[in-house]
Amino acid sequence: MSGMKSTTVEVRLPSRMGYEKVAMSTAAAVAKLMGFREDRVEDLKTAVGEACINAIEHGNRLNEKLSVGVVLSAGSDALEIKVIDDGKGMKSRPVAPDIDRKMHGEEDPRGMGMFLIQALVDEAEWVVGTEGNSSYVRLVIRLDQHAE
Amino acid sequence: MSVLRFEGDIASTSKDAVLGTYQSLPKNDAKKILLDFTKVDYINSSGIALVIQLLIEAANAGQKVCAFGLSAHFTKVFTMVGITKYADLYPGQAEALAAL
Repeated sequence: MSGMKSTTVEVRLPSRMGYEKVAMSTAAAVAKLMGFREDRVEDLKTAVGEACINAIEHGNRLNEKLSVGVVLSAGSDALEIKVIDDGKGMKSRPVAPDIDRKMHGEEDPRGMGMFLIQALVDEAEWVVGTEGNSSYVRLVIRLDQHAE
Repeated sequence: MSVLRFEGDIASTSKDAVLGTYQSLPKNDAKKILLDFTKVDYINSSGIALVIQLLIEAANAGQKVCAFGLSAHFTKVFTMVGITKYADLYPGQAEALAAL
């Protein structure tokens, strides 16, 4: 893969639940072309899906006039994905879910998306746009991680 | 024992399929609940939250919950979020039945 040129693939999704699957399929296809193992492709699909759901639901607030941008940049040894929305960015940071607190009604059963994103890729950062909108989450998954 | 078999996606739109199906079971009938994920293709964090809500209701009813048929990836995800503390996971129905 060292001689591979950087390749960019872009997808625009409507802000409608379910369309995250389009981004998941696209990311999986690019990752497979790059040679990622199947288990890493599954990790990536879940992370991209959760990032798109956050963008659709929280960033664009399900406003179908707004779209979610997904930019996949395939390098020689890593795949970077940016998921861009028109929101003001995530105020919270990823927190590991506490299953005991959830089971006892002390923590919302939801709210695991950011945790899953961070846990399943090699890098995850949430960036707030300088104008207070057009925020994005940037994910990176590396080919040489978790090598068998 | 009752077996709940899910198909397709488990997401935010699956409340009736997950919680509704569980809640429609005859009360005080089954003390063991088996969740079959064999035909499930996609589970997102909202879907996982529905499974946790089912676990909460089952725990309140004194029921034991086991699950089987999850892919290797979703077995990992369920483990990461701690579901395995409240529901044992098995590869298939035979293993789950043998363990109950």
